[in-house]
Amino acid sequence: MSRLAAEFLTRARDTIAVYPGKRSALIPLLHLAQEQDGYLTGDAMEHIAELLDLTPAEVMGTASFYDMLFTEKVGRWLVSVCTNIACLLNGGYELLDHAEKKLGVRPGVTSHDGRFTLEEVECIARCDEAPCLAVNWRYFGRVSNDGFDQLLVDLESGRLDEQVPPHGTLNRIRRQVGLAAGAPPATVPPGPAEGTPPGYPDAPKPT
Amino acid sequence: MTVTEAPRIVTSRLAYDDSHTLERYLATGGYEALRKALTMTPEGVQAEVETAGILGRGGAGFPAGIKWKTTMALPRPHYLVINGDESEPATFKDHMLLERDPHQVIEGALITAYATQCDQIFLYVRGEFALGQERMQAALNEAYAHGAVGRDIFGSGFSVDAVVHPGAGAYICGEETALLESLEGKRGFPRIKVPPKIIPATVGVYSEPTVVNNVETMSNLPWIVNNGGAAFAAMGAENSKGTRMFAVSGHVKKPGIHEVEMVKTTFRDLIYAPVYGGGIQGGLELKAFIPGGASSPWFGPQHLDLPLGQDEVAQSQGVLPGGGGSMLGSGSIVVMNESACPVRAAWRLARFFARESCGQCTPCREGTGWLDRIMFRIESGSGRMEDLDLLLDVSDNIAPGLAFPYPMTTICFLGPSSPMPICSALQMFRDDFLVHIKDGACPYG
Repeated sequence: MSRLAAEFLTRARDTIAVYPGKRSALIPLLHLAQEQDGYLTGDAMEHIAELLDLTPAEVMGTASFYDMLFTEKVGRWLVSVCTNIACLLNGGYELLDHAEKKLGVRPGVTSHDGRFTLEEVECIARCDEAPCLAVNWRYFGRVSNDGFDQLLVDLESGRLDEQVPPHGTLNRIRRQVGLAAGAPPATVPPGPAEGTPPGYPDAPKPT
Repeated sequence: MTVTEAPRIVTSRLAYDDSHTLERYLATGGYEALRKALTMTPEGVQAEVETAGILGRGGAGFPAGIKWKTTMALPRPHYLVINGDESEPATFKDHMLLERDPHQVIEGALITAYATQCDQIFLYVRGEFALGQERMQAALNEAYAHGAVGRDIFGSGFSVDAVVHPGAGAYICGEETALLESLEGKRGFPRIKVPPKIIPATVGVYSEPTVVNNVETMSNLPWIVNNGGAAFAAMGAENSKGTRMFAVSGHVKKPGIHEVEMVKTTFRDLIYAPVYGGGIQGGLELKAFIPGGASSPWFGPQHLDLPLGQDEVAQSQGVLPGGGGSMLGSGSIVVMNESACPVRAAWRLARFFARESCGQCTPCREGTGWLDRIMFRIESGSGRMEDLDLLLDVSDNIAPGLAFPYPMTTICFLGPSSPMPICSALQMFRDDFLVHIKDGACPYG
């Protein structure tokens, strides 16, 4: 359990600064917390809530909606096998069966040694290379059973460390500038009538 | 087979290995369109796009220029959101554009931001596209350094910032209002729209006027500004102008992305022409195909000669019990040959919708789960004869009339589009359903 460390806190503050509304930084910050710990710890979510002036429940509410955000520990490698229509037609389920046997776990489960989490996912948009899978969201296409076995060997030997970073690391490229053009004008116009969505074109103007 | 002479508009750089770099982009005419647009008035750029008559490439097919005008007429701030949350099953065109030609997306977004006088751009990239996010961020950094984004772009006095924003895995966030909720850090619940007053163009992100456009739509803009709207409108026909990317997958010999001229090309060309799909896998016959993503009603061999045009497909004689055609939707064509089990295929799509329903509206939340369970029961050999009527009954409660286009019973389109695969399969392949139920097993093994 850990709050965001100094390096991640700096990056979090930089991220918050590029949005007109603080809460918009929530999903990027949750990815950041996953990059630090591999999954979302309660402490990290509380820390994010503090940074964004939200309640921990609001943070949890958003986090629990999205498939890529994990509130429980996952393996070092998240293996996501696609079984949606294009992969289904080209052997996606056969690949998933093989992966289950090879890793000894059902989809949604982490292996005993804590290294692999297997997942069955919806279309990940690499249909031209079906059946496909992703490891920590790095894509591999036209995966045969032998290809899958070889992939595990390559992962464990470290040969793919460059290509496949640890789980949670999504975008390794940092934004180099803040808002160069300056912040947009105040986002919420002052005082629309109560109950009217702000910005609604026919909203009565305050007198 | 027809293969027209139309130029490649959005896929022109994909042959280069370094198509994602600024160096290659500049060497192939990159950011010239933005310079040109900045010498025009915003209204002039808008007029050019309206002349082009480009329909939004995200799925709904709404003319891109129209919503710009709505936003322009309202007080600032305006926001521009680029929808790169491509999650429709078997759709992979935006994925390719984000990874392979990110500068083109950014240049298109900057042109749009100028034409609609936006104050900030959000490039919303699907969470799963890790490489796409890295490529977009790297391209954006390069574009800032090049002076194409930020303060006083190319000395024109126009300033705008852009931010790459990651999604986190939710199909529903491809729906524009759900995407805006997600961008505000909330659960991806679609918002109620009340056209023409309450739509993202008037009340969008942070309740401000917001233009939401698809990645492929953006990628067309540099070409349109460079060559003029009339040159774009000269391709295609009637309502469907220009070229469009189609993602062909499933049982074809050469699955992949193909940019073809609209209307002049047919489904048969796309599936069978050697330069496109290359024919059906395994020397078998075509059984059925999905013309526009999981949400669209299926087509059979009798529809192969339909032209790839929005109206042509919508007004065709489709297979649904309630009548109506289908849609080009997200531009993804899934081909099934004789070896494919239509029940299994329809079940898998039913389960997709059940998993991805956000749960706000009862017909969708409950209905998609019912459809998933009934279809699974049939596919796995435990189906009952009365299940066939039950499927239609549940479907009719989600999409009354079982026709296309469907009436809305829910906030967004996910609900009423979910029965489309099942109703299509049931109408086209009723015998297959009967064999599953009578034999208590899937005849396809």
